[in-house]
Amino acid sequence: MTDDFDDLRSAMDAATPAPDATRRQANLARALINFDSLQGSAQQARPTSENRATALLTGVTTMLNKLTSRGGLTATTALVASGFLFLTPIGQDLMRDPNPLDAPLKRSFDAETVAAPNNVVTPVEEEIAGITAYAADERMEMPAPSSAIAETDFSALAGPMLLATDMVIMESANTESFANAAANPVKVTADEPVSTFSIDVDTASYSLVRSHLNAGSLPPADAVRVEELINYFPYDYAGPTTGEGPFRPTVSVMPTPWNADTQLVHIAIQGEKPAVDDRPPLNLVFLIDTSGSMAQPDKLPLLKQSFRLMLDNLRAQDQVAIVEYAGSAGEVLVPTAASDRTTILQAINSLGAGGSTNGQGGLAQAYGVAEAMAADGDVSRVILATDGDFNVGLNDPDALKDFIADKRDSGTYLSVLGFGRGNLDDATMQALAQNGNGQAAYIDDLSEAQKVLVDQLSGALFPIANDVKIQVEFNPATVAEYRLIGYETRSLRREDFNNDAVDAGELGAGHSVTAIYEVTPVGSAAILNDPLRYGTSDTVEGSTELGFLKLRYKAPGESQSQLIETPISASLAVTSEAQFAAAIAGFGQLLRGSDYLGDWAYDDAITLANAHRGDDAFGYRTQAVQLMRLAQSLSGE
Amino acid sequence: MRMTTTDEDLATQAASGDGAAFGVLLDRHYDRLFAFCFRLTGSRAEAEDLTQDICAALPTKLCSYQARARVTTWLYRVAVNAAHDRRRKQATYARATSGWGTWEIGRVADIAEDAGKSDWLTSAMGTLTDDLRDTLALILDDATHAQAAEVLGVSEGTISWRVSEAKKRLKAHRMQEDVQ
Repeated sequence: MTDDFDDLRSAMDAATPAPDATRRQANLARALINFDSLQGSAQQARPTSENRATALLTGVTTMLNKLTSRGGLTATTALVASGFLFLTPIGQDLMRDPNPLDAPLKRSFDAETVAAPNNVVTPVEEEIAGITAYAADERMEMPAPSSAIAETDFSALAGPMLLATDMVIMESANTESFANAAANPVKVTADEPVSTFSIDVDTASYSLVRSHLNAGSLPPADAVRVEELINYFPYDYAGPTTGEGPFRPTVSVMPTPWNADTQLVHIAIQGEKPAVDDRPPLNLVFLIDTSGSMAQPDKLPLLKQSFRLMLDNLRAQDQVAIVEYAGSAGEVLVPTAASDRTTILQAINSLGAGGSTNGQGGLAQAYGVAEAMAADGDVSRVILATDGDFNVGLNDPDALKDFIADKRDSGTYLSVLGFGRGNLDDATMQALAQNGNGQAAYIDDLSEAQKVLVDQLSGALFPIANDVKIQVEFNPATVAEYRLIGYETRSLRREDFNNDAVDAGELGAGHSVTAIYEVTPVGSAAILNDPLRYGTSDTVEGSTELGFLKLRYKAPGESQSQLIETPISASLAVTSEAQFAAAIAGFGQLLRGSDYLGDWAYDDAITLANAHRGDDAFGYRTQAVQLMRLAQSLSGE
Repeated sequence: MRMTTTDEDLATQAASGDGAAFGVLLDRHYDRLFAFCFRLTGSRAEAEDLTQDICAALPTKLCSYQARARVTTWLYRVAVNAAHDRRRKQATYARATSGWGTWEIGRVADIAEDAGKSDWLTSAMGTLTDDLRDTLALILDDATHAQAAEVLGVSEGTISWRVSEAKKRLKAHRMQEDVQ
């Protein structure tokens, strides 16, 4: 710690430039001229028989008399302003860090400062001792007596004041973890023509990125999952016609914004929007984390507000139950018809945070309740709301996953809603949602709750296709290399595509999913891999197609998958929706620090996204552009 | 004879209208003032401008100088206030962080000698809030905690906390860099 500080001191000393001599002279001269004009004469020092206080008074009076009204206004306004800043509570607030959230985020990787919230005082005392020792080391101008006084002053002052003004920043240390894998590399079509992955309708990563940027820091690269950024937005893709199936895939090819020598293959899947009126009844089990860490305003209180929003959108025949889990799990609300708002609201309001988190106990109970509620034709779903801190029960994430995967077969879906920052276990949330036939969303404010739980409620709660897998076979005659953008955590083995036992992502009603490949045509200047000297050089003749797209899905409740196939034609078709998706794909890669973008920067992403914002009825795309601008500023470009 | 006079005496004389005393005083402190402005802003161009602002306004600020107060403390306060004024003028968020943010431009212009360290310095200072940075600028300039508290108009406890917080963030920053 002190090393860093010393480094900083020496770096600072080295970096501090000498003042410019010319400006030094000019500034000194200017100061003297101002001084003299204030004194009312260009003469040398006047005799100063008056004592200092009256002289000062005279000086000030003279100064005020001599000041022009404009200068006087400026000077007095400045004085009042600085007085306001230093002397009033509001002024002090103005000067304080406007963004307390900033502090915990900045400490993302500071594992050693992990401290339980209840011993806040201890590190402070250590710091005081450290500072005193440090003062002695550095031979700072602090004579022994005052040093002793200072020390007592610290202990007297630091405690109450820290609690009063800086408590927000002194919260427990950050233990966040993120789920991600290394970015997909460029693959040589001749070596590996087939690419297989599961769809992903999660949006948590976008909200996390937004939360980071709004707090004034760039997100850690691992927090950025490009496909979740792209899929955060609703797109106006063509949906299926009646009888066609639950969704329609659309494939288009367009020039790559960041590379003139490659193309983007844009695969869009649009789920059908079933008539809302004849949707099946819902059985919802809210599984709510009420551990001590949920007490912060952006956790349990936001969660309660969010569920109130959602409640208004449920129907009389829907059933709601609430299970809370802290040290022990408990059923707060037995299954209740959604029309009984008073009972449900009372139960929601009664939730209070305390204790540690027994995630598994809660999950077991929630699944139990959901199974008991299930009737024919109902959709049962457990909605887990947590800050991700599963610190009691199954400690092994793999065991937790197995447990969830086991329960998945009972037909109950699982949605994971992440709240708050600080110990958000993104990795566990992802694992749970992916294994539990569900989706993960991160709710950082009420408008995100509105999006997830109200605007897109039907998609969030009504699955129309299970285990949706995508497999693309590229044609080596036309495509030399390809790269899947995002979906790193969703890749499947080639043989998994036809194996119905392998789990994959679910598609909700009205959901759209976008996947983008960057492909390098044969003969392009952008080919990264040299041909093999000893490899086979057989070129496949004939087809001009870029590749062949295959999709597998299961209708809800079925175990046999169905297959959809379509060739990818090489003809270019640029749509505005695809262009916006490409802009977001580029943004995500910029945040991840991708090597594949060349000179393409935030500027270009902003221009592209702005040009293809479309109707943007909910303002999501406008917000994305704002985030891009913020990221641009924060990255110093 | 002037050179043996203390800063405090010079300031008292200047406050009562002695232009020569004022000139000597400013000449004595100019370099240190500039260095401090650089630490507050993080860019040479900004520091030059800020120093110019302070010099031009210093005569009117003399009235805020009180006998027996340390001249350095007073100058620090004047400089910190001037820096705050400048920051407020640069209203938008992007520009408020400009100092250490646009460092790269200044760095290229200034031909930094120790590139690696300066970069670390830049990004390290960039992780700090204005309050922490101001505090650090004072402490790195060998101000005591008491002096910094007086200059910034907060208690010594707050200064100590800020220093420890800045240290924590620097450490976190270092660890983050090591991770990457």
